[in-house]
Amino acid sequence: MIAKTLYDKVWDAHVVRSDPDGTTLLYIDRHLVHEVTSPQAFEGLRLANRRPWRIDAALAVADHNVPTTDRSQGIDDPVSRIQVEALDSNCQEYGITVFDMHDLRQGIVHVIGPEQGATLPGMTVVCGDSHTTTHGAFGALAFGIGTSEVEHVLATQCLIQKKSGNMRIMVDNQVGVGVTGKDIVLAVIGEIGMAGGTGHTLEFAGDAIRALSMEGRMTVCNMSIEAGARAGLIAVDDKTIDYVRGRPFAPKGRLWEQAVQAWQDLKSDDDAVFDRTVHFDATTIKPQVTWGTSPEMVVPIDGRVPDPEKEDDAIKREGMQRALEYMGLQPGKALEDIPLDKVFIGSCTNARIEDLRAAANVIRGHKVAASLKQAMVVPGSGLVKQQAESEGLDKIFREAGFEWREPGCSMCLAMNADRLESGERCASTSNRNFEGRQGQGGRTHLVSPAMAAAAAIAGHFVDVREWD
Amino acid sequence: MQKFEKLTGLVVPIDRSNVDTDAIIPKQFLKSIHRTGFGPNLFDAWRYLDHGEPGMDNSKRPLNADFVLNDERYQGAQILIARTNFGCGSSREHAVWALQDYGIRAVVAPSFADIFYNNCFKNGMLPVVLEENDMDQLFKEAEATPGYSLDVDLSAQTVMTPGDDVFRFNVDGFRKQCLLDGLDDIGLTLQHRQHIEAYEQRRRSEAPWLFR
Ligand code: SF4
Repeated sequence: MIAKTLYDKVWDAHVVRSDPDGTTLLYIDRHLVHEVTSPQAFEGLRLANRRPWRIDAALAVADHNVPTTDRSQGIDDPVSRIQVEALDSNCQEYGITVFDMHDLRQGIVHVIGPEQGATLPGMTVVCGDSHTTTHGAFGALAFGIGTSEVEHVLATQCLIQKKSGNMRIMVDNQVGVGVTGKDIVLAVIGEIGMAGGTGHTLEFAGDAIRALSMEGRMTVCNMSIEAGARAGLIAVDDKTIDYVRGRPFAPKGRLWEQAVQAWQDLKSDDDAVFDRTVHFDATTIKPQVTWGTSPEMVVPIDGRVPDPEKEDDAIKREGMQRALEYMGLQPGKALEDIPLDKVFIGSCTNARIEDLRAAANVIRGHKVAASLKQAMVVPGSGLVKQQAESEGLDKIFREAGFEWREPGCSMCLAMNADRLESGERCASTSNRNFEGRQGQGGRTHLVSPAMAAAAAIAGHFVDVREWD
Repeated sequence: MQKFEKLTGLVVPIDRSNVDTDAIIPKQFLKSIHRTGFGPNLFDAWRYLDHGEPGMDNSKRPLNADFVLNDERYQGAQILIARTNFGCGSSREHAVWALQDYGIRAVVAPSFADIFYNNCFKNGMLPVVLEENDMDQLFKEAEATPGYSLDVDLSAQTVMTPGDDVFRFNVDGFRKQCLLDGLDDIGLTLQHRQHIEAYEQRRRSEAPWLFR
């Protein structure tokens, strides 16, 4: 038998048919749907007089537009309201399960998929959203698609695809205390670059990845897209199976036993061949902070803002100069000396229960710096919020001066009312620091939840490894 | 879908790498539930000096004179040239719709982000990948020559400059055919209905937990 990578295995199990040139009809097991990228797809379906192929494969939720303040009165912004209502009515019309804004299970689509057990090992999972890569943490082949493809999946349960390259990211040894999945993935992107994974599916492997919790693995896979990768994957192990067990959409009883047996094979064979392997030594990874306007513009917390003059490549140099100007930073500035205006703990990268616990641990007994204009925590889902409250985390946050919000995407992309004003600087646990991402003119620094929490207390970045 | 065969079009150069989809069409415009009307907000944050919101009268907004799209000589451009990793970031197909609504029919760059690249083909837009050296030449010429246009020929897979330099590009055969014929790929897939049903039947017995 030919040795296969995990990617090969999941891919092969989903080939409906393929042409000699590799063009493949790939079957999709789970289709997650949100309000921003689906209305035109439903419209297309309607115009062509088509029906969804398999409604039980789809699960929908509104997350990008929903307010994170009291939502009992509905959504103020009429444009956002129309989009959220369109999702609800489209799903009702076609019989697709949707968690509406008032449902306790509502939350960010990439948080609720795994939380509900709607994401299962070995599945193909798609969503009209680039961070669908998150679900790869379960050994599922998961990737973002555009709206035309959302329509294609609705109508046919398939996608037309060609296999990508397969690259392995080996993170050997163990990270030190205070270093998280977020720091690992930022360090990887810093090294291979934001287009380093283009045309590839990444498999994250090695001891440091095995040691991560499922939450940490989701953070890592979530940001695969920030390296340009088609998807990110992590092999299934006992942690994966323990996480999935008992979740509402997960199989039960005899089916569960059968599934678990099949999932044992969801790992790359020992002698499987990758197109490329890149090694990292986890012991050298420190907490990371981005300084620029792309996730690859990242340095360790004890580093300094780099100097474009030292960059040989002219296009890169210009990019760095533009980023520094946008970010209002000088080359050589120590990261610890950068003062902050806001702190955002949330997003599909880092708004799961473990993320909130990590932040709360740092915050306990401290107060948000007086110089900060705002610090907020936006749980990834209603269930995360409920869990956090049952552990008293909300009290820790509130007493420190954090706002404790309702679940949604919030200031990760500022499509609702939560945003940075021009020139404001934010430590954010989200995944993108593009120009204007958190509000026009806003300046984003990506960090882990613990680093964001410590920065909120100090009013500037600090090394969480030295936190008492 | 709109066909793409040949195009002779005015070129607008955006001399940046990593142009992300957030920049191409900022999030506040994604609240629309339609596919059209995004053109006036293409590159909104770079193009206008004020903060844009849906529903504004764009003709009254202050323009950023330093941004190429506002330069008189590039008005009516149909071909956009850019640097590496064009279209990175979010999966929003609105980025392609905005370019298209503005009048762009082809984007030429040394590399594209996967999802954006794919989205182009679903909308009759041609993304062309050329070598960095060739791109350098295009940028130099476009900036030096008012009215600079390119001939893009999808069947021949070539880009020709006004000076008759010809650059060949690669494109996947299936995607090329869909674009040349303006094919609706959902219709194509549904021709394989029996294959999909057979697959499902097999999977239901192999992995029944995937169906509920
Ligand atoms: S939290 Fe941010 S990255 Fe995640 S789905 Fe929402 S907007 Fe996208």
